[in-house]
Parts: sequence; C-alpha cells; structure tokens
Amino acid sequence: MAILVVAEHDNKHLKPSVANTVAAATKLGGEISVLVAGSECGDAAAAAAKITGVTKVLVADTPHYAVPLAENMAALVVSIADKFTHILAPATGFGKNFMPRAAALLDVAQVSDISAVVSPDTFVRSIYAGNALATVQSRDRIKIITVRITGFDAAGASASSAPIENVAPVADSGLSQFKGHELTKLSRPELTAARIIVSGGRGMGSGENFKLLEALADKLGAAVGASRAAVDSGYVPNDYQVGQTGKIVAPDLYIAVGISGAIQHLAGMKDSKVIVAINKDAEAPIFQVANYWLVEDLFKAVPELTAKL
Amino acid sequence: MKVLVAIKRVVDPNVKVRVKADGTGIETANVKMAMNPFCEIAVEQAVRMKEAGTVTEIVVVSIGAPQCQETLRTALAMGADRAILVETGVEVQPLAVAKVLQAIVAKEAPGLVILGKQAVDDDCNQAGQMLAALLGWPQAAFASKITLSGEHADVTREIDGGLEHLTVKLPAVMTADLRLNEPRYVTLPNIMKAKKKPLENVKPEALGVDITPRLATLKVEEPPKRGAGVKLADVAELVNKLKNEAKVI
Repeated sequence: MAILVVAEHDNKHLKPSVANTVAAATKLGGEISVLVAGSECGDAAAAAAKITGVTKVLVADTPHYAVPLAENMAALVVSIADKFTHILAPATGFGKNFMPRAAALLDVAQVSDISAVVSPDTFVRSIYAGNALATVQSRDRIKIITVRITGFDAAGASASSAPIENVAPVADSGLSQFKGHELTKLSRPELTAARIIVSGGRGMGSGENFKLLEALADKLGAAVGASRAAVDSGYVPNDYQVGQTGKIVAPDLYIAVGISGAIQHLAGMKDSKVIVAINKDAEAPIFQVANYWLVEDLFKAVPELTAKL
Repeated sequence: MKVLVAIKRVVDPNVKVRVKADGTGIETANVKMAMNPFCEIAVEQAVRMKEAGTVTEIVVVSIGAPQCQETLRTALAMGADRAILVETGVEVQPLAVAKVLQAIVAKEAPGLVILGKQAVDDDCNQAGQMLAALLGWPQAAFASKITLSGEHADVTREIDGGLEHLTVKLPAVMTADLRLNEPRYVTLPNIMKAKKKPLENVKPEALGVDITPRLATLKVEEPPKRGAGVKLADVAELVNKLKNEAKVI
C-alpha cells in the first residue's frame, strides 16, 4: 500500500492536523508520503520530513499554491493519485474544501471524517451529529479519506529526516481568485490544538460578556469556543463554533458555560477527557455528558472560578 | 440568470435519533422529517437574489423517496418557481448526488448552483464540491456572503481561523454556511400558492446516471456512553476536583 497525506500549512509551519493525519495513515500500514503544496514552503516541507512514519515528502512549490484553492489542490492531487492506494487529508476547513473535488475527478467515493481505522478498506465515522457510529467499507481503487484529527493521537517527531522530492505543479485553473483573508487574531491557543477549552453559549447573553470567559481562559492557557447558538446570536465569530457543523474538539478539559447542550453541540465536544458544565438550569442536557457540574449563575461562578485558580 | 438549488430531506435535526436494534441503520419509521437546515439557507439565498432582481428563475431539485415532494413544496413556498424530484428508493451517496445534479444542470443550464454545505444526517460535506468537479466549474464552499456581479461572483467563505474572500467565474457551485442568511418562515398563503407550482418527476435511469452506492455500511451502532458525572456544591469544590481528582489543571 502507498499512502499520500496532504499537508495543511501556512508555507512556514505545518498545522498540528498533519501529525494526526499521519497517525491515521500509520494505522493503515504502508509507505507514507506527505504532499506539501505551497509557495516558498521549504520550511513546512522540512518539518513534514521529520514526522515519525513519513517515508517521503513531495513538494509542489509555486506562487499559485500560496493559498490552497480547491480547484488547484484537487488538480494537483489527481495528477499524482495513481501512485497511491489511499489519499488522506484532515477533516478541517482545508481538507473538506478540496478532497471531495479530487474524489469526484477520480470517480471514487470519499469517506469523510473517519475516527478509526478498522482495516485498509474499512473505517468508522460519526453520523447524525455523533448520535451513531457507522462502520463503512470502500471498494474503490483509491480510498479518499478525510480524518477527524481528534480521533488519532499525533505522530511524534523523528530524529532523522525523510527524503524530499519535487513534484510538478499543475497550471493555475484560473477559475477562482484569492482576494484576501480576515483572520481572527489569536492571543490564545487554536481550538483544535488546545489542551483546555472554555466555551460559552446563549446563556452568555452578549458578546461583551465573553470577556468573562477570556479572563478564565487566560488564567488556564485555554482556547475560547462557543456553541452555535452563541454564533447565531452574533456574540462571537463563526470560527469559535464547536459542534456538528463547526469544529470537533477533544481537549483534556472542556468547560461549558451557559451552554444548554443541544445534540449538535455535544457532537463537537463529547469526546473531551473531562467536561465541566456551569449552567443555572438544573435540567440542562449538558449535565448528562459532564463529569462535574455546577447549577449556578455563570456571572457569579465564572469570576469566582477565575479568582480561585 | 437561472439558479438551481439542491435540497435534501433529512430526519428533523431536533429529533433524537435511535439506532436500529439490528445495527443496520437509524430508525426512520414514524420519525419527523424536515428540509436539511443548510439546504434551507441555500433556498433562502436564491430567493433573496430573485427579490434583488439578480436572478430570474429558481429551480429546486431533490433526490430520493416520493415524500421528498413535501420538502420540495416547502422550497416552493419559500419562493422557488419550479421543482424536480429525482425519484429513487436506492440510498443515494454524495458522488451519485453529484452525478444526478450534473445531468440536471446539463438540461437546465443554470448560471449558479447552490447547495447546503452538509446534510445533518450523513454529515458527509461532499456533494457541492463533487458537483463542481464534475462540471469543471469553480466552487465556493462554506459561503457566508455572495455578491453576484456580471460574469463573476464575490464570495466570502468560512475557513478555520476566519474568513476568506474569493472571486469566482460564473457559472459556479456554492455551498451555504450558517451565517449566509436566516431562512424565512413559510406563510399559509405561500403554502397554498406552492401547491400550484410545477413539480416534475424523473427517474435516475432516465437521466442516464448510475447511482449504485460505492460505500457499504457494515454496521451502525450507538456511540459509547459517558459515565455519570457529579453535581458539585460550589466553585471551591470544582477547583479541588479539577486539581486533585481529574488532575487536569
């Protein structure tokens, strides 16, 4: 078997999702190549070569890969796909965007968001917002897979470096043009990489009140997340969203504040090691998944918790 | 410009689903069904474009059982002009959905196709991107803002860590994310009017599309349950538990 992992990076640094995706590839057994497509992305390629289990790094370095446009990424993956039995990418905004496009061009199905590998053709994935787990088998010649990064412990760093080879870029499709980014300035860890997450829901009442959670998060070195209800209400940007249609997280500690616990939210965080819920409603469904819970007014409990840490 | 919107009938997202005792799937008998929430956002977007005068006709398509007609009628009541049901009893997986829609696009020649970014039953998040690939069109997945201007569209997309701005050539495929809009409620007069709007019924074979599933579902099971937690008296006890029992801080 020959496995290709498509790396998520910002040309300088690899995203943490790469090490998790390589870990999933390791479960398949076989040679693992990592594709780094970028612009002046030598540092990212060098980092990929040092992940345990990686046998080769393929680099496609050209200006039109500076931003991973779906049309260009899919065409590049398809151009080298015949050498591989499995092609994996993280089920993050990066992988979700171009992987189905590559799969359709190859006329194969995609297995989305796998959380376990049963055998080289059989995988486990969540359906219905995590209310059920499906075991699915792919009979296609090439398995196109996106990986739920919380399902696999990150592969470690290796003392030696895998060889790095260049692959030919595919010409810019010209179908879409990148015009700019508005990136949320993060003074805290990224949600999907954080060891501790403090998350707020509709109970926060306003965006202004999220400052209470930020103060707690800063005390803990935590990331700040939110439920869909809080995003819908306009308290915080969408990239804070944890849940079925947002980010899937599994930190060591997840503190849910003013979150009732709709199934769509639980889908995104119920694999956290320890869950703490703070809610004044004693009937809130979030308590059913919490290890520890407090039935208290968050505006009293959160500042008190911040002070006591 | 004509817009095609693809919609899916799913178990109502507010229903707590149950796994079938024999592990073959989810219990759907006598379960409330609804339009997939992201598909509602896609329909709403098309209707707003028509109200703004940039779109002349909205065609909605659904694929599946005869009951999908109800979902199509809902879209017609929201403001779509015409509906197509591609009727089949076979499980239609995302690649097959994309192939059916490719055939419909060939017949209808829309300038834009909008889908929901993800169906909340299989959580695949594939069909829109796959359709764009098969058509050789640009894609704008996870759109939170769409502005049409002549031969192209400016789209803001939700990405991890913020927003991305793209300009795509038309025709294009776009998938709707949460913040694109807030879908309207359908009113009774509009439901009555929707009953008179045309709804065409076609079979996948008539479109020349093979929808045979590529993935086999071997089993479906309940996720592992979390152990029962404990209610704590106060913040001091919480800090103590986190430090000394869970040892996470």
